[in-house]
Amino acid sequence: MQAGTLAVVRRPRPLPAIVPIGLTVVVLAILGVHGFASARNVTNLGLQGAILLMLSMPMTLVIMSEGLDLSAGAVLSLCSVAMALALAGGHGLSAALALSIAVGAAFGLGNGMLISLLGLPPFVVTLGTLGIAQGIALVLTDGNAVSGLGPAVSALYSRSLLGVPYPVLAALATWWLTHVLLYGTRFGNYVYAIGGNRDALVLAGARAWAWHVAVYVYMGCVVGFAALLLTGRMNAAHPTVAIGMEFDAIAAVVLGGTSFERGDGRLFGTAIGVATIAVLRNALDLLGVESSLQVVSIGVLIMVVIVIDSLRKARKSA
Amino acid sequence: MSGLRERALAAEAAPRERWRHRVGSENVALAFRIGLIAAIGIVLALSTDAFLSTANLLNVLRQASLMFLLASGLTLVIVAGGFDLSIAANLTLSACLAAAAIKSGSPWLGAAIALGSSVAVGVLNGFAVTLLRLPPFLATYAMLWILQGLAFHYMGGLEIYGFPAAFRALGTGFLLGIPVPVYLMGVVLLAATLFTRATNFGQELYTIGANRDAARLSGIPVGKRLLLVYVVSGLMAGIAALVFLARVNAADSGMGEPLLLPVIAAVLIGGTSLFGGVGSVLGTALGATILAMVINGMNLLDIKAQWQPLVVGVVLLAAVLADLMGRGRRERIG
Repeated sequence: MQAGTLAVVRRPRPLPAIVPIGLTVVVLAILGVHGFASARNVTNLGLQGAILLMLSMPMTLVIMSEGLDLSAGAVLSLCSVAMALALAGGHGLSAALALSIAVGAAFGLGNGMLISLLGLPPFVVTLGTLGIAQGIALVLTDGNAVSGLGPAVSALYSRSLLGVPYPVLAALATWWLTHVLLYGTRFGNYVYAIGGNRDALVLAGARAWAWHVAVYVYMGCVVGFAALLLTGRMNAAHPTVAIGMEFDAIAAVVLGGTSFERGDGRLFGTAIGVATIAVLRNALDLLGVESSLQVVSIGVLIMVVIVIDSLRKARKSA
Repeated sequence: MSGLRERALAAEAAPRERWRHRVGSENVALAFRIGLIAAIGIVLALSTDAFLSTANLLNVLRQASLMFLLASGLTLVIVAGGFDLSIAANLTLSACLAAAAIKSGSPWLGAAIALGSSVAVGVLNGFAVTLLRLPPFLATYAMLWILQGLAFHYMGGLEIYGFPAAFRALGTGFLLGIPVPVYLMGVVLLAATLFTRATNFGQELYTIGANRDAARLSGIPVGKRLLLVYVVSGLMAGIAALVFLARVNAADSGMGEPLLLPVIAAVLIGGTSLFGGVGSVLGTALGATILAMVINGMNLLDIKAQWQPLVVGVVLLAAVLADLMGRGRRERIG
């Protein structure tokens, strides 16, 4: 092996079960839901899916590294609150965005250090930081919404380029950036290795812990940036508004066929998972099904897809 | 060559390795927790007037017993190397489903509904973990949101309140001057301690949690044991739902959620290791008492409820770190 390179074997795998299921959902929505296929609704769908796509991309890397981030929704709320307080306090948009990204990165750093350096189980660590982020957001706002942000952030949110809204462009840019990081850099190879065989990475001379922390810091930075979309959409911030968004993001990653155990996964599958969830939620909205049952349907969808994937795997190995 | 390999891995694991050899004995750990309870008690007694009143102390015990009922099932799951994130949502759904029947004057029917639904959820969790071999936190996390969504849908944002006095005695009543839920805590504590210490079944849970492969090779039916542990966890959520309903006299779709973090923290503070195979229900009872005292103290000191998730989150992380320091990092299994 050449110095400084690490060969990672990526075997071709069958498409995850989400591809046919996702296509079915889309076809059913187009044929069966009145108003789904209108230009206006498609724009709406893109806007609704943008934050989810942004969160799901780094979440894919987190899950590939045998991790999990249950704190993403609470940290997103906190970042949005921080951004809104900065804007309401008369600071510029770039300063507010920098603050938001710094808050997200700090939580990512904390999560990463506890998980990587101390070897603590990710789901408990991020459950603890979920409580901390939610608590700080509640204490800062006294449980109320923050408004009076001025027009800057909502104006940016509603701009578009060649008919594509800025939030959708931002989400696609996150996909592209994550794609480049995962498939085109050493960092990407190490993400595969951390999930697959961490010891091998250490023996190859890489600082596994630092790269492992970097995965969570990247997650935190993207969450901090996603707060721009969340705040712009409402032109306000609420301390608990994004709680539960991490469930949709984790669902999208799992639906996309990324494994918790073997250090493999793919961004394309995650994107299909995001599209399926966004279409499902949008179509159910149009049909008048309330949000609580949408959550139930996503939970059931996860179970169904995992069962199908594990049955196929079992048949293959039998 | 193998020496090089060992050294490289050891150097990387050095920060963890340092903690690994500090092993405390069981009794020292229990004494430490009782000392912690005494310390928090002294601080609260000195800083507030109301803490030492009999009414308040009984109130702390009542709060501790509710958390303990949820936490005792979770303790067994974690000892066996699993996890159950769905307990609080399970409590919410079974309380909401049972509320209408209890309100209309059929508490036994209500109890049957609550226990039936919570046990059914436990069975589903158990199948997801054993038959489908899903990672426990993932399966029970998806279950959490399914149950939460169903509860929200069923209640439609409203609440059901006003239960018969006879039913409310389960949560608010006294027997010989001691709150009824505290007796429940005592019974569960005794039964679970006997079960884990004196039966083969109980011992097998520790073996499964410590080394699942070894447990399987030594002939323990791992799948069946794990399934039963998740069912017990579900059952305890149903019992806790009834006690909670009787105490607050109302059901709504957000009632269980604030319990999740404190209950997990209580289990970990009680000395149950997240890495499986180590822990006791007695420790969890002490952990629940510590958490109840902290929450009670925050109320007495007029600290706003908004601080609670922050404090509980810090306590949870501190408990995980204490687990790491006290026991040494165990190899993760399964």
